[in-house]
Amino acid sequence: MMGLRKRRRVQVVAIAAVALALATGLIGYAMRDGINFFRSPTQVIDGPPPPDEIFRLGGLVEEGSLARGQGGAVTFSVTDGGASVGVSFTGVLPDLFGEGQGMIAIGSLVDGTFRATEILARHDETYMPREVLDALKEQGVYRDPEG
Amino acid sequence: MESTKPLIIAAMFVELGHFALILAFAVAMVQATVPLVGAQRGWRAWMAVAEPAATAQFLLILAAFAALTHAFVGSDFSLRLVTLNSHTDKPLLYKFSGVWGNHEGSMLLWVLILSLFGACAAWFGKGLPTALRARALAVQSAIAVAFIGFILFTSNPFLRLELPPLNGQDLNPLLQDPGLALHPPFLYLGYVGLSMTFSLAVAALIEGRVSAAWGRWVRPWALAAWMFLTIGIALGSWWAYYELGWGGFWFWDPVENASFMPWLIATALLHSAIVVEKREALKSWTVLLAILAFGFSLIGTFIVRSGVLTSVHAFASDPTRGVFILAILGVFTGGALALYAARAGTMEATGVFSTVSRESAVVLNNVLLSVACFVVFIGTVWPLVAEMLFDRKLSVGAPYFNAAFTPFMVALAMVLPIGAILPWKRARLGRSIRRLWGIAALALAVGALAWTVQTGRAALGPVGLALGVWLVFGALAELLVRAGRGSPGSRARRLAMLPRADWGKALAHAGLGVALLGIAGLMAWEVEDIRAVRLGESYGVGGYTITLNDVRSVPGPNYRAVQADLSVTRNGRTLARLRPEKRVYPVAGMPTTEAAIDSGSFRDVYVVIGDAQIGGGWAIRTHVKPFANWIWTGAAIMALGGGLSLTDRRHRVAGGARGASSGAVGTT
Repeated sequence: MMGLRKRRRVQVVAIAAVALALATGLIGYAMRDGINFFRSPTQVIDGPPPPDEIFRLGGLVEEGSLARGQGGAVTFSVTDGGASVGVSFTGVLPDLFGEGQGMIAIGSLVDGTFRATEILARHDETYMPREVLDALKEQGVYRDPEG
Repeated sequence: MESTKPLIIAAMFVELGHFALILAFAVAMVQATVPLVGAQRGWRAWMAVAEPAATAQFLLILAAFAALTHAFVGSDFSLRLVTLNSHTDKPLLYKFSGVWGNHEGSMLLWVLILSLFGACAAWFGKGLPTALRARALAVQSAIAVAFIGFILFTSNPFLRLELPPLNGQDLNPLLQDPGLALHPPFLYLGYVGLSMTFSLAVAALIEGRVSAAWGRWVRPWALAAWMFLTIGIALGSWWAYYELGWGGFWFWDPVENASFMPWLIATALLHSAIVVEKREALKSWTVLLAILAFGFSLIGTFIVRSGVLTSVHAFASDPTRGVFILAILGVFTGGALALYAARAGTMEATGVFSTVSRESAVVLNNVLLSVACFVVFIGTVWPLVAEMLFDRKLSVGAPYFNAAFTPFMVALAMVLPIGAILPWKRARLGRSIRRLWGIAALALAVGALAWTVQTGRAALGPVGLALGVWLVFGALAELLVRAGRGSPGSRARRLAMLPRADWGKALAHAGLGVALLGIAGLMAWEVEDIRAVRLGESYGVGGYTITLNDVRSVPGPNYRAVQADLSVTRNGRTLARLRPEKRVYPVAGMPTTEAAIDSGSFRDVYVVIGDAQIGGGWAIRTHVKPFANWIWTGAAIMALGGGLSLTDRRHRVAGGARGASSGAVGTT
């Protein structure tokens, strides 16, 4: 017969294993809804995702495209230099949102227009979201502000 | 010129500060090696180096920090850092907080706190065996060597500008806020405080021996770090709530998770260290937790400082610095884990316990907290893994964390009051649980009531409410059980005689209940409204009528603002005048949103003003947030419980002069 100490250790390991298995299962389940892919405007135009997929669209707000409608509705275009996608959004825009600025929006593509449910703010006027930076570099339009 | 004299003095301070930091680097190298060799060889004189070295290291870094603070307060723009992050017009408080409102300065604060904890261990750790203390201080100092090196070689705050400008470029206006002025110091006290438990764990591993006494020494450090981390996280969440103007309190953002993961592990450590002290069991597990807790602090520092993970909280950051921190992380965590693998087998538990016992409850607590931390960790680093392995850019959002993290917290809250009431070693479940049946019924009734009142919404609200009641009253029940039987007078006397650690425990558990209730209530029953409102127009949100009276321009000390004036009425009675603002800070060239909040015990009315509309009027976002303040009140109660526990004489006896008061130990 096993000693009490050893039995206890086996029990603890068993509980930990069960919890870990449970966690792995939950992680797999939760990942299905919790993950948003990032797409640049070029990628959206090349292969438009289905309307039920929620994803993140990032790029620069195109100069001269920002238009305000009724009741806090705004439309604008997002570009990475290669292609641009129209975005509609209703709500209060983040503080550092503006034409020529980098941004990331969360939403889905319906009839060729990106319907944003959320537009991400930054905390810093010099910061550019990394995905946006990479997308701009890919299209060869990024200029390093310091070089 | 007569005005050059103060300039020369100011310049001297900066150079002295820089020199003090370099000297601290040298002292830290001595402290990291000499006491360690001394402890291995049994040379007392070498071990004795640790104590004065720890004091000297702390004083030198304090001098460097003071010099930097002096430069910020005196607006010495010959310093690159001050030019980039300060301005003469800035209020004095933010000149102070500007010291750590940037990468270089915040790293200096990091090492200042690191050396403070080392010095505290030297000053108050007289009860520790000489060899263990020498080793722990050496390990602590090795961490200091790594981070002072990081500052000197990659992020030197004392760099000069050849041509100092007339004025600075201001501090990010979002950081000009009392909540955020205090958030980093508290967060670092928690983060870095875990370095002391790490150092004690590594020292014990080198020695190859973990005793009940070790558990007693680790506890106050884990408790202090946990308390500060709780306050720091709560301050950050509160700041995000009222300052960012999004109305959220937690975003499952990498930078937030970076502070939350060490908190989860520190909470587990806090509990398992008690088992080591009281029952001499779970020893090797506790040592592992101590290593992991600080490991997660380092991971957190890496995430925040390297910017490898896209975060809405991200400030401009430099990936090359990340490599340095990654190396520190690898050396310390990897080294400690390797040492652990080699030595863990020698730590035989002496205490045995039954399947139903407080020990088992702590094991369950630890398993749930660790697995929850694992879930958060996977969600945080998954974007990085996906990009490296599958070349897909993605982000993991709140739905993931809500689905994968919440079940473990619900399970934890469900078993917590039962575990807390079980006796050590061997318990009878039916007998212990008997005292909790009434409270379980009360919690279920409250949950059921909420379920029927809310009609057809998510189960989150009622479940959270029930769990909150269960935790708060469960903590009360535990205190009543401890008061025993007899006349009310004798019970009150016994309650008053209870050790402070027991009061602290009950308070912390009740605080968790209050916070859970707030989180669930806010998430489940929040009402949001976005619309364009003309001057004089009224609209209804969640039972309140809100009227836009006026929108005007107001000047501030270092900003201009557009301020709206709204009144909140309910049933014809005016409850509050709210004045949300949109500010523009001309120096930083940055606008910010200032939400206006009517705080109440059971709900907040939260208003944000947006842009002027083309057809006239203003975009206005209104939230009614039930139980919002309960979240931070709960966190404050938890921290208070930790603080109360920390003042328990048993900790003071353990940390302080153990020999002198050993007679008193038996009476508590």
